[in-house]
Amino acid sequence: MFKITPMTGNVLKNLFTKKSTRLYPFEIREPFENNRGELYIDIDKCIFCNTCARKCPSQCITVDKEKGIWRCDAFACVYCGTCGDHCPTKCLHHKRTWRPVATSKVIIEEQGTPPKPKKKAAVKKEEAVE
Amino acid sequence: MAKTIIPFGPQHPVLPEPIHLSLTVEDEIVTQAVPALGYVHRGLEKLCDIRDYHHMIQVVERVCGICSKIHAMCYCQALEEMMKIEVPPRAKSLRVIWSELHRVHSHLLWLGLFADAFGFEALFYQLWKIRERVMDINEATTGNRVIVAVNVMGGVRNDLSPEQIRWILSELVLVESELKALESTILDDYTVKARTVGKGVLTKEQAYELGAAGPTLRGSGVAQDMRQLKYAAFSDLEFEPVVEYEGDSYARGKVRYRETLQSIDLVRQALHKLPEGPINVKVKGNPEGEGVARVEQPRGELYYYIKANGTKYLERLRIRTPTFANIPPLAAMLPGIELADVPVVVLSIDPCISCTER
Repeated sequence: MFKITPMTGNVLKNLFTKKSTRLYPFEIREPFENNRGELYIDIDKCIFCNTCARKCPSQCITVDKEKGIWRCDAFACVYCGTCGDHCPTKCLHHKRTWRPVATSKVIIEEQGTPPKPKKKAAVKKEEAVE
Repeated sequence: MAKTIIPFGPQHPVLPEPIHLSLTVEDEIVTQAVPALGYVHRGLEKLCDIRDYHHMIQVVERVCGICSKIHAMCYCQALEEMMKIEVPPRAKSLRVIWSELHRVHSHLLWLGLFADAFGFEALFYQLWKIRERVMDINEATTGNRVIVAVNVMGGVRNDLSPEQIRWILSELVLVESELKALESTILDDYTVKARTVGKGVLTKEQAYELGAAGPTLRGSGVAQDMRQLKYAAFSDLEFEPVVEYEGDSYARGKVRYRETLQSIDLVRQALHKLPEGPINVKVKGNPEGEGVARVEQPRGELYYYIKANGTKYLERLRIRTPTFANIPPLAAMLPGIELADVPVVVLSIDPCISCTER
């Protein structure tokens, strides 16, 4: 004998209610407030202390203190937010949106002004040169 | 009747996990099943030689994608016990909330995959639609959908604001009502029952002797749940382990369905009892000694053994995951069933091979 399955009501309901999916590339949902997307640096605030590079679990950040270069291998970043938590000047942030799809490796490189060496260190250097 | 050996996996359309089973078949009935593993071994345990113990939190989170938060929590608990760090009560409650949310989305994912395994696509879509609400809660509160990265040594990183708590509670009401609307389909539908009832029976004695864990154990009538150890904030919450007695694939599904509702209730209890205060404490020094932690994952008991020698690198990190414990019971379940039922029975233990091989 034919028996109506418990799912039938649900299927009929779905036919007459709003769609639960989006037409993705044309309709994009607004990201949430604290979404951890792409990493970026406010290079003017950076003091090149190397803390982010030491704390990063995937070791994607390298900092050159002498030349003032901050470099991040964007495809090795795991979006954990550890670097931003430990940054003493709070210059590392995550954008709310994700990095778009790419066909080649992206390295984020920012050039800043390195901090001037302290007086004692500068004197020692001069002595060493002499 | 002549014996035939049929390979099942490591690539199989119904199972997204690389497990290989050599099935000895006699007239469409399986008589013996020999599992083979080792296709996705990543050697995470060796990594603790070159990553310091803070970095390892992010590494152990990647042992398994579905229960990532719980892996990190277990690792942190083992180290915190070793280093005698007092975790603030609010951090403990927040850990419970996120780990129970992970259990909800893991069980919904599995129920969907299980429905997909026996060809019930409509139920699969419905369950994953509900799961999306839980993923949204994860994303809005932590910043990521799956690998949430909220655990740090000595507490958690993110906090919940009163607005977020109200929003989570309202979303959980929707999740619960949508799930209850599907109850009659999951538990009473002819298609579900025809493919699962009486398939892959594991008796109570077998489950106990072979060391089954999690819903596989509780589906066979043993009321054992690691949350009874009262780790984190579970000492303040009231719950009873979910037990079913039939021991077949249907019972394991029923345990997971009822556990989903139980976890929603636990999140609600934890949110209502959320204490005030700091969410983490500062950690100084390096661990020294041995530590063990056991927590309940969606799939069962998770066990971490850590040996440290006073430097920032760990000496030993041993992870025992629930699927590893559930492989001998699986080999005992398969003999006696029809070849067509093998995918459903294999999926009924919720195999996670990336967990098993680390």
